[in-house]
Amino acid sequence: MSSIGTGYDLSASQFSPDGRVFQVEYAFKAVENSGTAIALRGSDGVVFAVEKLVTSKLHEDSTGKRLFSVEDHIGMAVGGLTADASAILDVAREEARSYRQSYNMPISLKYLNERVSMYIHAHTLYSAIRPFGCAVIIGSYDPKDGPQMYMIDPAGVSFGYFGCAIGKAKQTAKTEIEKLNLKTMTCKELIKEAAKIIYMVHDELKDKQFELELSWVGSHTNGKHEEVSKEVFDDALKYAKASLDDDSGSDGE
Amino acid sequence: MYVKREDWIPGNFKNVPDTGRSTQNDIVQHGWTPITTTTSVLGVVFESGVALAADTLTSYGSMACFQNNPRILTVNQNIIVAAAGEYSDYQFIRDIVEEKVRTEKSLNDGISMKPKALHTWLSRVLYNRRTKMKPLWSTFLVAGIQNDVPFLGEIDKLGTAFVDDQIANGYGAYLALPLMRKAIDEKREKFNSKLTKDEAVDLLKKCMEVLYYRDARSHDKYQIGIVTKDSVEIQNLVLKPNWEVAKLVQGYE
Repeated sequence: MSSIGTGYDLSASQFSPDGRVFQVEYAFKAVENSGTAIALRGSDGVVFAVEKLVTSKLHEDSTGKRLFSVEDHIGMAVGGLTADASAILDVAREEARSYRQSYNMPISLKYLNERVSMYIHAHTLYSAIRPFGCAVIIGSYDPKDGPQMYMIDPAGVSFGYFGCAIGKAKQTAKTEIEKLNLKTMTCKELIKEAAKIIYMVHDELKDKQFELELSWVGSHTNGKHEEVSKEVFDDALKYAKASLDDDSGSDGE
Repeated sequence: MYVKREDWIPGNFKNVPDTGRSTQNDIVQHGWTPITTTTSVLGVVFESGVALAADTLTSYGSMACFQNNPRILTVNQNIIVAAAGEYSDYQFIRDIVEEKVRTEKSLNDGISMKPKALHTWLSRVLYNRRTKMKPLWSTFLVAGIQNDVPFLGEIDKLGTAFVDDQIANGYGAYLALPLMRKAIDEKREKFNSKLTKDEAVDLLKKCMEVLYYRDARSHDKYQIGIVTKDSVEIQNLVLKPNWEVAKLVQGYE
């Protein structure tokens, strides 16, 4: 990075002469170091899959999860600094809570996305605070608006997506996601593909151990975001491993 | 509102301001009377669960104002709560309890609230409010199953909390409680056992009828909530009173 040492990367409140905010770009780097997380939006819901890297054999199983429920009906997958991400999760939950208190109805994903995006964006404007070193994907389903999904990056920029990926292998994951015909696929098909993509993009040489996390929200879960059942998980895992065996040799992932 | 310490004169309970404006020296009366009220709630423990009964009338003084206000709340698949007294205070507590349940659910740890916990929590809320001289003017019955044992407890507006196998408040304490105790004692003496579910429900129906004859703030439409292991059921019922007995009441013409 040629910019290092020029003094423009010390504060989030100053542009560099060529119009960049380096602190925010460094925050993106923090996300790129994390395990991959993907989300796919199908015809009847959204599925989430996370490659949770296990950094020590001494950790308990299923500790340090990266898939959360904001409320009953909204799922969130995170990548980057998990402590930053749980601060974002808290903010999202508080938004959902206060919306419900004001209007006595569940918050819409569109509105939640707007609120959380602006909160993250606000942390890229001042020298006294550091931007969030994390990106989040939020997804929900309701019968009227169908499945919805947004990704918010550390700059506070957000878009609606059919499929998105964050973390280490986001490029390869995105390439794989683009091969799917997302709009016509159901959650039950997508959960297998999601598991497969996570297994495919996992780099065994650099990160030995990882745990797969799968969750979904859709018409089949009655609009509730939940972890997939053990049977679905095992099926998806089997499918992922089987397709990897087929591909090995031809695919150098 | 608030009397400054230096302005306080011992024994000066009344202050007539010479300007005609109310001042901070005015003595404020704390506590008030309930406005929109509901009457008795009944609760009885039977062999495999607990049943609660409460009518759906909310009175405005002596006017039968809102005739379809249910006040038995399903907290989760393990707890029901019924309230008597100021209806808006019940609504306030209901909103907080529902929020608590949602918050705990989003943690996704498979743990749900238990009746003893809610009973204790409610007792702290109500006691705290009465200590501030701003009581929530309501009585709550908490019913549920904890460790496979039926639980029934009451908290009143003063924060007094207790547990019993049959509870009634208001007019119910005078008219229904003796009937409930009698039925429970008879069953124990004759058969050395507790009431069955059907006996408990029939008992509550009888009690609601007796209350309807004597309590001028009661109503013929009511609900019975039944909580057994892993299931909650709320029945909507209508009384069929027999006013033949009315002619036996004499001396009040």
